[in-house]
Amino acid sequence: MRRNRGAAVVALAAATALLAGCSSHSGKSDPLAGGKASGGEVVVGSNNFPESTLLADIYGEALKAKGIKVTYKPNIGSRETTYGLLKNGSLSVLPEYNGALLAYLDPKATPKSAEETTAAIKTKLDAKLTLLEPSAAEDKDSLAVNAATARKYHLTGQSTIADLKGVAKDLVIGGSPEFQTRQQGLAGLKSVYGLDFKSFKALDAGGTLTQTALKKNDVQVADIFSTDPTIAKEKFVPLKDPENLFGFQNVQPLVVKSAVSPKGVDALNAVSAKLDTATLLDLDAQVQNQRKDPLDVAKAWLKSAGLG
Amino acid sequence: MNVLDFAHSFFGDPAHWHGYDGIPTRLVEHITYSLEALLLAAVIALPVGLVTGHYGRGGNALALIATAGRALPSFGLLVLMFIWLGFGLVPVMIPLVVLAVPPILVTTYEAMRSVDPSPVDAARGMGMSEARVLFQVEVPVALPLILSGLRTAAIQIISTATIAAYVSLGGLGRYIIDGLYQRDYEKVVGGATLVAALALATLALFWAASRLAVSRGVRGSA
Amino acid sequence: MNGFFDLPSDLQHSYLGLVGLHLREALLPVLAGLLVALPIAQLCARFRWIYPPVLGLTTVLYSIPSLAFFVVLIDYFGQSETTVMIPLAVYSLVVLVPGIVDGVRSVPRETLAAAEAMGFGPLRRYLQVQLPIAAPAIIAGLRVAVVSSLSLVSVGMLIGNQGALGNMLYDANTYHRPALAVNSVLTTAVLGILADALLVLLRRLLTPWMPRKGATR
Repeated sequence: MRRNRGAAVVALAAATALLAGCSSHSGKSDPLAGGKASGGEVVVGSNNFPESTLLADIYGEALKAKGIKVTYKPNIGSRETTYGLLKNGSLSVLPEYNGALLAYLDPKATPKSAEETTAAIKTKLDAKLTLLEPSAAEDKDSLAVNAATARKYHLTGQSTIADLKGVAKDLVIGGSPEFQTRQQGLAGLKSVYGLDFKSFKALDAGGTLTQTALKKNDVQVADIFSTDPTIAKEKFVPLKDPENLFGFQNVQPLVVKSAVSPKGVDALNAVSAKLDTATLLDLDAQVQNQRKDPLDVAKAWLKSAGLG
Repeated sequence: MNVLDFAHSFFGDPAHWHGYDGIPTRLVEHITYSLEALLLAAVIALPVGLVTGHYGRGGNALALIATAGRALPSFGLLVLMFIWLGFGLVPVMIPLVVLAVPPILVTTYEAMRSVDPSPVDAARGMGMSEARVLFQVEVPVALPLILSGLRTAAIQIISTATIAAYVSLGGLGRYIIDGLYQRDYEKVVGGATLVAALALATLALFWAASRLAVSRGVRGSA
Repeated sequence: MNGFFDLPSDLQHSYLGLVGLHLREALLPVLAGLLVALPIAQLCARFRWIYPPVLGLTTVLYSIPSLAFFVVLIDYFGQSETTVMIPLAVYSLVVLVPGIVDGVRSVPRETLAAAEAMGFGPLRRYLQVQLPIAAPAIIAGLRVAVVSSLSLVSVGMLIGNQGALGNMLYDANTYHRPALAVNSVLTTAVLGILADALLVLLRRLLTPWMPRKGATR
């Protein structure tokens, strides 16, 4: 009887020690901990949609190929969160989209070109951060209607967002939760195009929820990325954006100045120089349609581009 | 800004009080999900708990089912059901019911087992049918404990129903999920405050129900 | 790469790695909750007027959804395991305190008086008399706390891959791989059932004087 209890106490103590041991071990090596990235280690983050994670893998692996130590922090959330994490140094590199970033930093900006966009961002950016060279690859948010809605209101590939003017009050629009409050979202659709929708349904950042909801007509209009392979597959009709609400959306790495060495900056710029929209579409399709692992896709492309 | 300031500005903003994203709409949605889940769970768990408790059989099997039910992660189940079944209320109801069945089941069983056997035997001796023994002798005595099981289930449902917002449904979780992605603390704190208030109101409701429904004799002895 | 245990690269862990992470993220908070709950419960048992307000506060804390806690804590602890573990510790505390108070209160006055008469000091009396008698109640509370903690860790997925096994749910949805969600749910459930069984075993070892009736509660 006594021995039994003694054994149990020993077992409990051992379990406790084991757990404590685990935790202190990880405390040292855990890159996800809240603290700053340290010791020349570059932390590459991504937002919560597949293309962002793919781009993080591409930029991260390019850094690794130059012998730089990289850790990843994927699928974090929205820009509203990741920008803060860059500012406090928990992240050091994030693949960004220049137009969306500008709209976040300055909702009133109306740039006329990609160069203007980059220049405008640089005036608004936190002093600790800098934007590297833009790539030619573009992925815009786009407002798309499903096939049934397009038929009903005679919308075609030539139609614009402004054509929704008379009918928006009958349509449910879907997008990521952050779309509800963003300038490149409900706020801008109202102020720039004068659209008031029947209601807004919070989905995800152009992911499975959004694709399914639009397909099943739970929403008639949705925010879909222009590189999304499902646009062609489901015959969604993206509407033109003559007022440039969704702006110029080049993939462009946003980095913490002190965290990336000149060698690292060169490696990142070399990737951006080779990346274009057709390439991005192809790589997205490999991940989302052919179900390949994003890291494998990233490595294979870097190798073929001579950067891996 | 502290938590109270966030709550104050959330509730003070008139825009939060009307429309499809207004507090009344979201509150009604949340209460609807919660009530539906609680009713479903009660319809499943109460009869099973009453009958097994009455006959005193199957206690071990119930304990196993309850443990398995508790071990299934609500959030994981939600995502899995969403992947399998798509949009709708069913993928939300399944995890909520799985969450609520164990406390109702186990407490009802234990409540029935804890009923003093002597009046039960007396009632049988008087020639009462098993059904009358169950509903007229055992259930009135077991009611306080049975209600406490339902209360535990209700509180857990109310807190967990917030995950419905992850699969694009409404309810108070909408404010918390939207607040996470919009980095809007007012919404998060406002949503959490509403959930906690709803839970407290539920506690009060159960307290009142037990005052009304439990016979004075039982209350005195409990 | 479509096997049941082949995980996508963005999870950054092997299957077993995620299991270890999940256990740590779920169990450390319960341990912390227990360490804090013991003295609080002792105070509640000693000064009875503290108990009702403590019980009210714990009920309110318990009803706050975990995600709301996570979001607010991100500002202080980043998107880290700590952010996930603090609310879990709070929930454990909330489950454990009432159980321990009931357990400690169930010790008969005569027993305490006898211990005092035998010359036990307060600490020795607590460790050798009160705690062992309260052990079944404490373990009953631990069973609930451990199982719910294991289940809640998954929600950490929403704040950027901080949900251990729950992170598989994001990938299951994003990369159309339902098997990952099945894996996540089943593994979490099995961990919960195993942990529960271990605690039942521990209770039997710690309280050999108790009748070995079937597992209730």
